[in-house]
Amino acid sequence: MIQLKVNGSAKKFDGDPEMPLLWYLRDVLDYTGTKFGCGAGLCGACTVHVNGEATRSCVTSMKDAAGKDITTIEGLGAKSEHPLQAAWKHCNVSQCGYCQSGQIMQAAALLKTKPKPTDSDIDSAMQGNICRCGTYQRIRQAIQIAAGVKA
Amino acid sequence: MNRVDKVSRRGFLGTAIGAGALVLGVQINEAEGATPAWMPSVYLGIEPNGTAVIVAHRSEMGTGIRSVLPMVVADELEADWKKVRVEQAIGDTKYGSQNTDGSCSIRDFYDAMREAGATARLMLEQAAAKKWNVPSAECKGQNHFVVHSKSGKKAAYGELVKVASTLPVPKKADLRLKPESEFRYIGKELPTIDQADHTRGAGKFGIDAKMPGMLYASIERPPVYGAKLRSFDDAAVKGVKGVVRTATIEGFKPPHMFQALGGVAVLADSTWAAAQGRKKLKVEWDLGPNGSFDSAKEKAEILAKIKQPGKVVRNVGDVDKAFAGAGKVHEASYYVPLLSHAPMEPPAAVAEWRDGKVVTYAATQNPQAVQEAVAGAMGIKKEDVTCHVTLLGGGFGRKSKPDYVCEAAMLSKQVGKPVKVVWSREDDIKFDFYHANAGMYMKAALDAKGKPTAWLHRSVFPSIGSTFDASAEYGQEFEMGMGWVDLPYAIPNHRAENGAHKNHVRIGWMRAVAHIYHAFAIHSFVDELAAAANRDRVEYILDLLGPDRNVPIEPVGMKYWNNDQDQTKFPVDTARLKRVVQLVAEKSGWANKKPTKGRALGIAAHRSFLTYVAAVVEVEVDDRGRVTIPRVDIAVDAGQIINPERARSQIEGAAVFGTSLAMMGEITAADGRIVQSNFNNYPVARINEAPKVTHVHLVPSKAPAAGIGEPGVPPIAPAITSAIFAATGKRIRELPIRKTKLV
Repeated sequence: MIQLKVNGSAKKFDGDPEMPLLWYLRDVLDYTGTKFGCGAGLCGACTVHVNGEATRSCVTSMKDAAGKDITTIEGLGAKSEHPLQAAWKHCNVSQCGYCQSGQIMQAAALLKTKPKPTDSDIDSAMQGNICRCGTYQRIRQAIQIAAGVKA
Repeated sequence: MNRVDKVSRRGFLGTAIGAGALVLGVQINEAEGATPAWMPSVYLGIEPNGTAVIVAHRSEMGTGIRSVLPMVVADELEADWKKVRVEQAIGDTKYGSQNTDGSCSIRDFYDAMREAGATARLMLEQAAAKKWNVPSAECKGQNHFVVHSKSGKKAAYGELVKVASTLPVPKKADLRLKPESEFRYIGKELPTIDQADHTRGAGKFGIDAKMPGMLYASIERPPVYGAKLRSFDDAAVKGVKGVVRTATIEGFKPPHMFQALGGVAVLADSTWAAAQGRKKLKVEWDLGPNGSFDSAKEKAEILAKIKQPGKVVRNVGDVDKAFAGAGKVHEASYYVPLLSHAPMEPPAAVAEWRDGKVVTYAATQNPQAVQEAVAGAMGIKKEDVTCHVTLLGGGFGRKSKPDYVCEAAMLSKQVGKPVKVVWSREDDIKFDFYHANAGMYMKAALDAKGKPTAWLHRSVFPSIGSTFDASAEYGQEFEMGMGWVDLPYAIPNHRAENGAHKNHVRIGWMRAVAHIYHAFAIHSFVDELAAAANRDRVEYILDLLGPDRNVPIEPVGMKYWNNDQDQTKFPVDTARLKRVVQLVAEKSGWANKKPTKGRALGIAAHRSFLTYVAAVVEVEVDDRGRVTIPRVDIAVDAGQIINPERARSQIEGAAVFGTSLAMMGEITAADGRIVQSNFNNYPVARINEAPKVTHVHLVPSKAPAAGIGEPGVPPIAPAITSAIFAATGKRIRELPIRKTKLV
């Protein structure tokens, strides 16, 4: 029996311990805000926080998630809207919107370690997250606004 | 907003509007309308509580269309946007075309949406007039109220619904459309309805749709186009925890159209279990004639074909005579590979077969094509297929081809339960309808100033026509009409020739379609000619475009496609193309940014989807040959713009899409199988590889609305290679650019 916390709630899982956290979140818990994009840790659409760190849930097995504290996009602004969520709306970042959960979770982890990121900090933190619609310049702008490094 | 109901099936329009709502039939008269075959349809209703329910009948894949068209309705309705609920339509011909493809949603539906809103407003005004016993001309809809200024009376729309619903629907001639000065939403920058949901992961996509009791399917498909299932062994599959059973899907009968590819499916209680079971399948295939297909050999074949005369598809003046007498001749060949759409959400749908009918929730650009394709696969009427449209996690043309919905429906019938099909990324990359590879040969005879007196352009590519006709070998009218036979340059002798070529994979339209390769060849060649003449490229392009005029396009053996629009309404107008060239030159600082070693600007200007676009790309090439793009400027004349903010976002995105295909995109086949599989070997631009900033300059225009989703793409690749040449002296004639060593 695997025990873990998801968005603050205790959970138990007795299925295949090799199942990626992504499919547990989506298929079992119905937290569908976390997206599938590649299944190989190449695109970042499935990014969640595991003990506060940005993690690709598509390549994180349930056994590796055991005992961990997981935050998904649904949990990020549960108490009050995260500044990134507000900035995302301010910049109208989304086009199709599919990758944006992962983008925001990745950016939230960045701001925790680097509250005032430079352009190159943003580039290196965000280059694992693909946006096929090409919203990158607004993602950068929204991160800068949320961080208060740009109005 | 988006309703993918987990349990009930009430989330479609018709039941979603509350009982007692005023539902307005908006007549779109075939004889009067610009686009034929629009049926009488239903685009909006008003509930007794005053909520205006506006139907989004086009699919939302990121363009903002499911917000922007309803904003047009709301504007004419004089609705308060806060009191509007947008409902996504199911597939139904009563809405007119729902094929969200070809950058035509605004162009084809702007008038219809205005009329829908104006009809409702007029009926509400008439209802108020009746209630107050005053002339209806004295009553005016204003921000969700009807007001009678003489008496100061005011009634909320909701209060008027009951009376309005008893009135006859007014004739189109009686409608009063608002003057531009009174527009509330048209031309303004309202955020789309889905922005907030997307920051919370709340948007519902095809991959998020669920039906009670559904099974998850993972499908092993024929590895080669046209391969047939010989045998399979699923003994090991059944031992995988969570696997319920396997099932076969019959292969397509040519032409493949949007049929399922066929194969062996593993059905399980989770996505993961299905995928694990699939790994244990042993499948034998008869590969068929495409089992030897090899991209390197095909490229050589295409490059040989373009050296031979082809079918003449445009002929102006006498090219042969001009070449015979030419002093100076320049020629070049270009090649563009197969490309995959790779939307971030792979193809995904859930479907249930029950009692001879199918209900599906699908990420689709074309729910009516879903109805037709699924009906064809199941042997039922298309009216018996109900297609709910989810949000699309990108489309780019891939999701207008609903083979994946057919798979879900076919499997559901076999297993007696709803079935969800989600393609893995590997499935998506390996079984796409690929953007065509193409070879182009260009030859020009030049005068003393280096301007062409004759121009020959041969193109050879597998045609999208092969989707619908297995024997297709030549380009379709629309493929040739995409920035090729409509070349607008002032050149007295001009010939275009198309060579025959068969497809060996499924070929399909991808964002900007045939414009991609034609624009790459044409504008690269223009860049070469300008360089050979030692002339400024902006000045050279303007000279080539010649005097301001509408260029009559008269191809040989076909009509000029022109997005199915009349050339009198949407001419090929050199003045508009020159204007975007001049604007982008000004905004990018072209005149003051002379090339230096490793840093330079490039330019290309192209008309597509009736829109005029000029792009200036700045590149930096470092001493290891790595290319970065610090800045892009794009000037766009798309006619009237309904939401400038969403228009800019589409062009920003197009610059990234164009960068991906220019710098890194390439699909190849060996032994008939697609070599690439995921974003490691089919890379797309990431934040550090995309243009750092794209400045979009929209030309204010009262011309009829043209396209915006695709036209930003075609000029990007040739503008990048133009810049690389200026920065390094390296001429790139084949995409992707990463295959050329720059130092």
